[in-house]
Amino acid sequence: MKVDLSEVRKIVNQAKTESLQEGDMLVNILHCVQDHFGNFIPPEAAEIVAQELDIPLSKVYEVLTFYTMFSTKPRGKYVIRVCVNLPCHVTGGRQIMETLKEELKIDVGETTADGMFTLETTSCLGLCGVSPVIMVNDTYYGDLTPKKVREIIEELRAGGDEK
Amino acid sequence: MSKIKSLEDLMKIKEKAVKDLQLRDTNTRGKITVAMGTCGIAAGAKDTLKAIVDALNDFNITDISVVQSGCMGLCEVEPTVEVRLLDCEPIVYGHVTPENARRIVKLHIVENQIVSDLLVRKGEI
Amino acid sequence: MALTANTILICAGGACISSGEESVKQALEREISKYALQDVVRIVETGCMGACSLGPLMVIYPEGVFYQKLTPKAAQEIVEEHLLKGRVVEEYLYKGPTGEIVPQVAEKLPFFSRQVRIVTRNVGFIDPKNIEEYIARDGYFALAKVLREMTSEEVIEEVKKSGLRGRGGAGFPTGLKWELTRKGTSQKKFVVCNADEGDPGAFMDRSVLEGDPHTVLEAMIIAGYAIGANQGYIYVRAEYPLAIERLNTAISQAREYGFLGSNIMGTEFSFDIEIRIGAGAFVCGEETALIASIEGKRGQPRVKPPYPAERGVWDCSTLINNVETFANIPPIILKGADWFKSIGTENSPGTKVFALAGKIVNTGLVEVPMGITLKELLYEIGGGSSTGKPIKAVQTGGPSGGCIPAQYFDTPVDYDSLQKLGAIMGSGGMIVMDEDDCMVDVAKFFLEFTVDESCGKCTPCREGTRQMLRILEKITSGEGTEEDLYELKALGETIKDTALCGLGQTAPNPVLSTLEYYRDEYEMHVKEKRCPALKCKDLTRYVIDESKCVGCTACARVCPVNAISGEVRKAHVIDNEKCVRCGSCIEVCRFNAINKVSP
Repeated sequence: MKVDLSEVRKIVNQAKTESLQEGDMLVNILHCVQDHFGNFIPPEAAEIVAQELDIPLSKVYEVLTFYTMFSTKPRGKYVIRVCVNLPCHVTGGRQIMETLKEELKIDVGETTADGMFTLETTSCLGLCGVSPVIMVNDTYYGDLTPKKVREIIEELRAGGDEK
Repeated sequence: MSKIKSLEDLMKIKEKAVKDLQLRDTNTRGKITVAMGTCGIAAGAKDTLKAIVDALNDFNITDISVVQSGCMGLCEVEPTVEVRLLDCEPIVYGHVTPENARRIVKLHIVENQIVSDLLVRKGEI
Repeated sequence: MALTANTILICAGGACISSGEESVKQALEREISKYALQDVVRIVETGCMGACSLGPLMVIYPEGVFYQKLTPKAAQEIVEEHLLKGRVVEEYLYKGPTGEIVPQVAEKLPFFSRQVRIVTRNVGFIDPKNIEEYIARDGYFALAKVLREMTSEEVIEEVKKSGLRGRGGAGFPTGLKWELTRKGTSQKKFVVCNADEGDPGAFMDRSVLEGDPHTVLEAMIIAGYAIGANQGYIYVRAEYPLAIERLNTAISQAREYGFLGSNIMGTEFSFDIEIRIGAGAFVCGEETALIASIEGKRGQPRVKPPYPAERGVWDCSTLINNVETFANIPPIILKGADWFKSIGTENSPGTKVFALAGKIVNTGLVEVPMGITLKELLYEIGGGSSTGKPIKAVQTGGPSGGCIPAQYFDTPVDYDSLQKLGAIMGSGGMIVMDEDDCMVDVAKFFLEFTVDESCGKCTPCREGTRQMLRILEKITSGEGTEEDLYELKALGETIKDTALCGLGQTAPNPVLSTLEYYRDEYEMHVKEKRCPALKCKDLTRYVIDESKCVGCTACARVCPVNAISGEVRKAHVIDNEKCVRCGSCIEVCRFNAINKVSP
C-alpha cells in the first residue's frame, strides 16, 4: 500500500490549529490518521506524526500500542467488536462470539483473507439493556442471536452497508 | 443567533421555547378534539385542524392541546370539534369550517363564550 | 414554529438505535407525509428513556401514550389509528407480566412512576440537539444565577452543603473536591469531565451525554467559575460515537449562544470546553490515568498524592468529576442545597442512576432516591427475575464491586451500606443473576477482565490478578484444592493493600465477596468437583435420558465433534470424552431428553 505522506502532514497540522494546548493532541491525531487510512496506522504515517510533533518515534508507538482502538496492522473493511462483559456474557454473548468465529473462520484479533472483516473484543458498550451486543464500525447491533449474527454477516458480505 | 448577554435574553428564549414544549404536557387548561374519522376528513377536518392550530398560535394560547379523535358519530354535521375546558362541560360544535374554527377559538377559548349557532351537543355523551 | 397537534418523542438512545429505531422513524415520517400531517405532527428524537428492554419505543403527546417494541409496520398502524383517528393501538402498549394492559400513559408505569429524576430530568423529554429545549426546562439558568448573584466561594459552599458525593464510584464529597482545587496553587486550572464510562453494565453517563449534553456543559462552566478555570475537557470513550456527536453539537450551540467562549453572558468570565476521545483502555477511567491520556500519553495511573486538585493536567490544579456528578449541579444551584438534601439519606443525599441488566424483566436505566432497598429496586421497579427462577444475587460496582446475595436485599442502597457488604456503589451497574449463574465463574469472569485491562505498571495488579485468575481456572476445571481457597483470599487481600490505583485495589473484590457469601459453591467445586449451576464446562456432563429419547438423530447430526451415537429410533448416547459441551444438542432436542449434570 502506498502511503500518501503529505496527507498525513496535513492532518497533523490541521489538528494543531484546532487544539488550545500544545502536546495533548497525540491521541486525537492518531484517531484522525487511523480514520484516514481506513482503520490502521502504517509505520510511515507514524514516522510523519513523530516528525511533525517533534517527538521521538518511540513515544508515538508507546501510545499507539497501549490503546486497543489503534492498530498497526491493516484491519478489515468492517471491524466487528464483540462485547465480552458480564451483562452480555449472562445473556449468551459466548455463543455470539463462537458464531462469529465459525462464520468468519478467524479468531479474535485476526482479519479475514478477503480483507472484509476483523474480529475484536470490546469492553462494555453500555447497551446492556439489549445484550448481547456487537459493534460493526460505528453501528451497534443488539438483542443478538446466532441467527441474527449470521444474517448481519451475510448482509455485509453482500455489500450492504451497516444498517 | 446573537449571543446571550443577560438574564433577560435568556428569559426571552425560555418563554419562546417553553411554548413549544408545553404542548407535550398533559396538564393543560383543556383540549380541542377534532374528529378525524374518514367522514370528518372527507368533510374537511384536516383544514379545520390546521385552522385551529393557527388560530391558537395567533392568539398566543399555549395551554390548550389539540388532539385528534375518531368519528364522534355525528357524521351529518361534520367536521365536528369538541372543546373540553377544565371544570366545564364538554361542548361539541358541528359544521366547523376553518372560518368557524377561528370563531370558536376566539369566542370560546379566549372569551369563554359558547358559540351557540354552531352548538351540537352539551355535556357528556 | 406552528403549533403542533401531536408530538412524538421517539427514543434515540443507543439501545433503541441498535434495535431498529431508525427504520421506525423513517416509517413514521413516510406515513405522516402520506396523510399530510407533517405540519401538525412533530417527531423529536430524544435521548435514552431508560426502558431499553422495550425498545424501540416512543411516547405520543399530548396524551402521553407509551408505545413499545415498535416495527415499521407498527409505525404505520399507529399513524393511521392513533394520529389520524385518535384510537390507541393496544397491540403496542406496554403489557404487564400477565398480559394485562397497564396504564398507557408513560408517567404512570411503575417503571417510571417510582423514579425521582434529577440527573436524568431531561433525558427522554427534550431534543438533545436543540439547545432551546434545554433552556425551556430551566437550562443555563443555574449558570445565569451563579454569574449574576454568587461569588465563587458561595458556589462551592452550596455544593458542599448539598452533601453531593462523586457518582463515579468512590463517593468523595464533591464540594470538598471543588474547594481543594480552588485552593490549588497553579496559575492555570482545568475542569475535566470523566466520561470514560467503562464499568461493565453501567451506561447512565452515556445516556446523559446522548440525551442531555447541555447539562454537563452547564455544570462544567459553573465549576470553572467556582474553581477559577477557563478551560475544560470532556474525556469520552471512543466506543460512544453518538455521545461524541451530540456533545459536539451541544458545544457549538453553546458557543453560538454565548455560554462558552469569552465574556460569558456579558460578564468578565470566559470558559471553553474541548472533547478528548479515548482509544479503548478501561484504566483511563482512573483519574490520574485519564489525565495522562488527555496529555497524549499512555493512560497509566500514578501514585496519589499529589491528587489532581494539586497536580493534574499539565501539572496544573484540575477538578475531575464524572458525568452523573456534574448533571446534579445545575439543579442544586437552582433549587438549593436544602432541597437536594431532602432527597436520599443523610450520608448519601440525592439520587443515583442504576443500570439494570442481566436476568431482570425491566432492563434499562432507573433513577431512584438513595436509601431505597435492593428489594424495591429489583422487584418493584425492575419487575423481578426474567427467567422465572428466583434471583440469586446482584452484582454491583462492576469489576471493582461484589456480589450481594438475595438474603441481603433489604439493605438500603447507599455508599456506606453497600461497602459494608463488601460491594460498592461503583458507577451504578447492577447485574442480576439467578441460580443458573455460577459464582465462581462470575468471579473468574471479572478477573479475566481485570487481567486484560491491567495497565501493567504495578506488580500486585499485573502479576497478582494473573495468579488469582490461574487459581480460579484451576478450580473451575476441577483441579482445585482447599489450599487454593486460602491462597485466593490471601492473595486478594495483599493486592487490595498494595496495588497502585483504584482499579488494582478493588480488583479482588468480586472474588473476595463471592468467597465470603458463596463459600459453599467454591467448596463444591473443590471438594466434590461439582458445579451446581452447571456453568463450568469441565465439571458438567451431558447425558441422554433413555426413557425420553425417541432416536430421531437430530442431536447426532448437529454435534460438531460426533460425540453422539445410536441407531435410528433407539436411544442415543453421548461420549463425554469427545463432548465439548457446546450445548447444540440440547437446543435441537424436541423431547427434552438431554440433560446437563454435574458431576
